[in-house]
Amino acid sequence: MPDIVAGVVVSVDRPEAVAAAVREHAAVRTRGGGTKTALAPMDGVILDLSGLRGVVDYDPSEFTFTALAGTPVRQVEALLGQHGQYLPFDPPLAAAGATLGGTVASGLSGPCRYRYGGVRDFVLGCRFVDGDGRLIRAGGKVVKNAAGFDFPKLFVGSLGTLGVLVELSFKVFPRPPAHATLRVRRRGLREALETMCALATSAFDLEAVDLAPPSTLWVRVAGLRESLLARVDRLRAFLGGEVELVEEDAAVWEGAREFTWLPAGWSLVKVPTTPRRVAELESKLAGAESVRRYSAGGNVAWVGWPGDPGLLGKTLAELGLRGLRLLGPPGPVALGRWEANPFGVRVKHALDPAGRLGRIEPCSTGSP
Amino acid sequence: MHSEQVVEGLRGIVPRDRILTRPGELAPYESDALTAFRSRPAAVVLAERREEVVATVRWCHRHGVPFVARGSGTSLSGGSLPVPGGVVIALNRMNRILRLDPEERVAVVEPGVVNLDVSRAAAPYGLYYAPDPSSQPVCTIGGNVAFNSGGAHCLKYGMTANHVLGLEVVLPDGEVTRLGGDSLEAVGPDLVGLFVGSEGLLGIALEITLRLVPRPEAYRTVLAAYRSLQAAGDAVAQVVASGLLPGALEIMDRLSIEAAEAAVHAGYPQDAAALLIVELEGEEPEVEAELERLLAVVQSSGAYEVRQARDEAERQRIWKGRKGAFSSVGRLSPDYLVQDGVVPRSQLGTALAEIERLSRHYGLRVANVFHAGDGNLHPLILYDGRRPGELERAEALAGEILRLCIRLGGSITGEHGVGMEKREYLVEMFGEADVEAMRRLRRAVDPLEIANRGKVFPTSRPTPASAAASA
Repeated sequence: MPDIVAGVVVSVDRPEAVAAAVREHAAVRTRGGGTKTALAPMDGVILDLSGLRGVVDYDPSEFTFTALAGTPVRQVEALLGQHGQYLPFDPPLAAAGATLGGTVASGLSGPCRYRYGGVRDFVLGCRFVDGDGRLIRAGGKVVKNAAGFDFPKLFVGSLGTLGVLVELSFKVFPRPPAHATLRVRRRGLREALETMCALATSAFDLEAVDLAPPSTLWVRVAGLRESLLARVDRLRAFLGGEVELVEEDAAVWEGAREFTWLPAGWSLVKVPTTPRRVAELESKLAGAESVRRYSAGGNVAWVGWPGDPGLLGKTLAELGLRGLRLLGPPGPVALGRWEANPFGVRVKHALDPAGRLGRIEPCSTGSP
Repeated sequence: MHSEQVVEGLRGIVPRDRILTRPGELAPYESDALTAFRSRPAAVVLAERREEVVATVRWCHRHGVPFVARGSGTSLSGGSLPVPGGVVIALNRMNRILRLDPEERVAVVEPGVVNLDVSRAAAPYGLYYAPDPSSQPVCTIGGNVAFNSGGAHCLKYGMTANHVLGLEVVLPDGEVTRLGGDSLEAVGPDLVGLFVGSEGLLGIALEITLRLVPRPEAYRTVLAAYRSLQAAGDAVAQVVASGLLPGALEIMDRLSIEAAEAAVHAGYPQDAAALLIVELEGEEPEVEAELERLLAVVQSSGAYEVRQARDEAERQRIWKGRKGAFSSVGRLSPDYLVQDGVVPRSQLGTALAEIERLSRHYGLRVANVFHAGDGNLHPLILYDGRRPGELERAEALAGEILRLCIRLGGSITGEHGVGMEKREYLVEMFGEADVEAMRRLRRAVDPLEIANRGKVFPTSRPTPASAAASA
């Protein structure tokens, strides 16, 4: 029977080594780039996957690639960039050192996911090690595939609790040659939300629509160079009011996806929401000490929180929302409504019957 | 299981007149769009309310009776084929759009809602539901969810799975649960992503929350005619390499062009060996700029005729020919098998040449009409089931095409699912251990294996659970 050991770090650089390590230990946790500080393992043997890196397969004409899970997102972006391609789900914390595996396992997409979809929409296939230490392949390497169960999607957001990702295949898109960013100022939250909603239901093809409450919207447009200015003009006319074309387009979005607005040491919590619920959430949080940014047209709230995350969890629970704590001190990460789902319980049982891979820890009041 | 036991078991839950048991009533349910397979269920339950579905599933679970959920029966892989002696749960009557919220851009629908009806309901708000399988005037959202259906416009916006935000499902033991929500973003494992495309093996969707998207401001639809299929295939690679991201990129070969022209008078050039359809969509200034680039690429790709749809009516005509291609080709032959393999886009030419060779070798005509931008082939193998041995030859040819797709690094199915048809090839595409992981998941969710029993997994090695359940 495997031993339970805590805090021991085992570096692995091959998929087979991951499988062997999982078989050997009773409690296995994973770490990639270590950028999501709140997700740092608190117990068990820690598999350091940062050595499991490298692009396995990339043919630019296919617009797909396969890489080991510990490969830094930045490395992939640089390679794709050489061929005029990019990851349209806009992976966050890439500059901080996030890995492909960590991005998928934590289910994170950046502000420009607004245009073509999130990380779940671009994962094609994977190899993973299940809780019994078996190496399993699922999905495919081609852009369209409906054969067998979609394990690759299941792993999005699984936080290492259903299996250890060792290799991933993605589809990519041609990178638009030109970008422009507008800062839109409104008189208050209500008006800003009205503008956000008008944009969302319009036929404008926008890369990103972010709200910095109470009343500033950031809007990004991308496409061919020759048509971009005409599109920006049309957009300005549609928006009306105070609209400014900002010069530092790339820096605005780099800052958004790296969460540079978050004060040091604070927790960062991802809260899925909908455009209509933003006002309600904002009214609950605006009084408390917190910083918020709403992204993907009001489909996600990024909440910066200085104190006890359990208190934020209470607020989210009252609103019927749930959140995932990503940055800040290590500790429990699940906030708000995370009741056990019978389907999820069975899936967990199928993939990790012995419970070696842990679970998503709920925050109670008084957690770090 | 006898029909009368089903009737008796559901007494007080489903009215007698909505449980079909007579042979004449059951006949239309014995097969789906893959007509090569046929089997008779004990009963068909015409469900009108979710409680009836749940009660039927619970009764089936209690008695170990296999059940199959069914929408319009358009599955091309035999996915809704009844289990002999089992129960078919027909969901067509559960066809209400429960909520359509233009501000939140979501539609909440019952599983029997027809795909195109979602877009029709969303149209007044300038929105639509993007996935567009060719069968969209009849196929249902429940079926689309079960099979992760695709369509001609997957290149840019993905398949059904990319457009389902939330689900209410009944698991195979009758437990009801909600997955996902109504946000584009989520936290925790993507259970919705797992459920979509699970071919009815993990339960039945009772309510589906769909993402709606704004209708593009403008389309530019270009039709290019080529002297060879290979040249059209190469043109696809050039369009993709040019950095354009068209909404659709489709190819039809000579046989399918002729068939489509005869059936719907789409106005296609009649002497072409292959036709490329490219559709750009988006903001007016953008598609206009993209069109210029596209025409330059297409004209240098060896097309001998290039046309652009002048208005919406002409655009619709082009798509009518393309989307009606399966049924049009069907008129050329008493029977046909549609394949759905995927190859890496750079291998399209190789794959098409090999299919042509196989067609000659087997002495069976093969029409090709496919989602070229996705590398998703749709060879239609024409045969006459009344001629002894011809179906077997068609199946053997289909099998060789599937193996070809696997060999080239692709997939045995892009959007039709494994169903009955491709069960034996799943292990060839994956390994034994990979398929075993899928089976473990299936058994964890459905230990009796009553939900759409017999589909997806190879039957050569019966599992202990299914042996016990049928004993």
